[in-house]
Amino acid sequence: MYLETIDVVKQYANHLALNKVSIQVPKGSVFGLLGPNGAGKTTLIRIITRITAPDSGEVLIEGKPSKNEDVYRIGYMPEERGLYKKMKVGEQAMYLTQLRGMSKKDAHRELMIWFQRFDIMSWYNRRVEELSKGMQQKVQFITTVIHNPDLLIFDEPFSGFDPVNADIVKNEMLRLKDEGKTIILSTHNMESVESLCDNIALIHKSEVVLQGKVFDIRKDHRPNIFRFRLFGNEFDFAHPSFTLLSKESYHDFIDLRIKKENGISSNDLARLFFDHYEVVSYDEELPTMNDVFIKTVTNE
Amino acid sequence: MNRMNALGLIIQREYGTRVRKKSFIILTLLMPLLMVALTFLPLWLSTLNESGVKNIAVKDNTGIYAPLLKSTETYQFQVMGEDEQQDPESRLGKDLFAILRITDDLNENPGSVSLTSVKQTPQELQSMISNILNEKVTQQKLDALSQSNNVDSEAITMVRSIVESGSRISLKTMRQGDDGSVKESSTELATIIGMVFTVLIYMFILMYGNMVMQAVLEEKKSRIVEVMVSSVKPVNLLIGKIVGIGLVGITQLAIWGILMGVLFSGLSLFISSPEQAAAMSGGMSEFNMEGIMQSITSINWLELGLFFVIFFIGGYVLYASIFAMFASAVDSEEDTSQFLTPVTLIIMFAFFAGFYSVSNPDGPLAFWASLIPLSSPIVIMVRIPFGIPLWEKLLSIALLYGTFILISIVAAKIYRVGILMYGKKPSLKEMMKWTRYK
Repeated sequence: MYLETIDVVKQYANHLALNKVSIQVPKGSVFGLLGPNGAGKTTLIRIITRITAPDSGEVLIEGKPSKNEDVYRIGYMPEERGLYKKMKVGEQAMYLTQLRGMSKKDAHRELMIWFQRFDIMSWYNRRVEELSKGMQQKVQFITTVIHNPDLLIFDEPFSGFDPVNADIVKNEMLRLKDEGKTIILSTHNMESVESLCDNIALIHKSEVVLQGKVFDIRKDHRPNIFRFRLFGNEFDFAHPSFTLLSKESYHDFIDLRIKKENGISSNDLARLFFDHYEVVSYDEELPTMNDVFIKTVTNE
Repeated sequence: MNRMNALGLIIQREYGTRVRKKSFIILTLLMPLLMVALTFLPLWLSTLNESGVKNIAVKDNTGIYAPLLKSTETYQFQVMGEDEQQDPESRLGKDLFAILRITDDLNENPGSVSLTSVKQTPQELQSMISNILNEKVTQQKLDALSQSNNVDSEAITMVRSIVESGSRISLKTMRQGDDGSVKESSTELATIIGMVFTVLIYMFILMYGNMVMQAVLEEKKSRIVEVMVSSVKPVNLLIGKIVGIGLVGITQLAIWGILMGVLFSGLSLFISSPEQAAAMSGGMSEFNMEGIMQSITSINWLELGLFFVIFFIGGYVLYASIFAMFASAVDSEEDTSQFLTPVTLIIMFAFFAGFYSVSNPDGPLAFWASLIPLSSPIVIMVRIPFGIPLWEKLLSIALLYGTFILISIVAAKIYRVGILMYGKKPSLKEMMKWTRYK
């Protein structure tokens, strides 16, 4: 584990923001921190980044309690992010990079590399207020990752990005992951969770209600819906082990969606179809993370 | 990187971005020019129309006074004989500035002198003429007295010498110190110095306290603050801001001081021809230059400067912390007024208390206002030039710095929570709860 929180509790004046929250983030993985607005994600991130302290509980980094110097091993891009509007882009990037513990020389060298990679060298001497929101976010992304931190935390990184830039950032994240960095991603964009995250924790009403590998979670939340494509024009088969959800036929195929009833294994159900029909294809629908999210949050 | 480096970087940025601003540079350079211009322009303008020589025709029927009127660079007296045919009135307003008519012996008929001109005659000319005439009349009277036989000629000589030496009184004001020693003091000078220091501290607190508030709000509004506090401690961010902006102010004050010193001394050298100086000083001719120099040197400038710096720093940091604390708790300028109105009122009160303390620097208002920490930095600078007991100064400093440490700790705690809070404007009670957050 790169990062662990153990029974973290944070109480604000009128509400409990985090109630014994424990998460485990494996090294070199992308970890999705999910939850509805106001669930406590940002509070948890602020505790990990040492912006606030927990009332009780612990944060461990590589097994050791986190300390002040650890902030230089963390790159954090908050959801509420901004830049000094009147400052020049390059000057500002230098300032933020030096504040993250880099020497002036190193900061400048790294900045040049990143500005070239993102193709924004021409902005170096322009004032931030002249840039569009998407351009500003590129600068923010650079200043988050430039000091080569082991742990990267992105809170809603894709909001405000156009699809092209969102893709650039997504690819950068995957590249950083390949370099062995650990990434925590807090987002409401469930598609990006499916494509990026290895593990997730779902926080709801200040508690962790779901945690694990993305694939395992989707598997555990299968709605038992199967799709069959059969040869033929006719389908009037009925059986107590399933309910027909939809039927569409075109050319010589029939596409079916059925819900498996309890008391029969998926193999037996498949066998039932294979016995009666010529099956062209067959698969089981996995829930999207969106479905899992909504189901978990609304079931409460 | 250690904490000091981060703090250094923050101070550097807060300072650097501000002193490089065009508005800062312009204000810093223009202000002294403006001050100097405001002081010298009216003086200069008043001497402007006196360019060239003014001719004054003197028609003296008695012939006693005309020879006494000596021409100066500005005023040329032309004595006109009785037999002069030409009528001077027709030349008035052209090559003649004024006509002085003396129709009779002034000793006997004091009203028989008049000065006619088209434009208003300058005060300077009027007093010059009347001084000369008055003196002559006095002489005439004394002469007449000495010619009469019933007065002792020795007594006349004494009266003459009394009249000539004049009897100017200058009241020296002295102060008895704690040790019983008596020093000469200058009330006027103490008043001026006290007011200057008080106005400086007052302006500085308002201007730069406000700048700290704007800076906190700017970071909150632009949402950079969370990025910042993820790499530096909020308290360092706050200290960096207050120190950086304080240094901006000190830089500005220093530049103003130097520029104004240079400009004033340069300009006064430039216009210090005796004529001009006389014209400008006007009623100030009574001023005793030696006495002023004496009181200037009698003031303990080192002590004064030291206390100024101590109270200046204490006052600025105290108010800057308060401004930063409230700014951190709200989202926009409009929301600050609820908290800032009372603070501004206190500063205004202190300023007026300082103003009235000038006339009574040892009165109860002055005494208490210079001990209470929120008003002391502004009020005490009025009193220090008048000389106050050491224990009062020390007590005032102790109270000010005690309060400033206490307030800045509370301010730092509220700031730390406030900068990350958006939305509803908190009440004072809620803000107090924040100080207990971990």
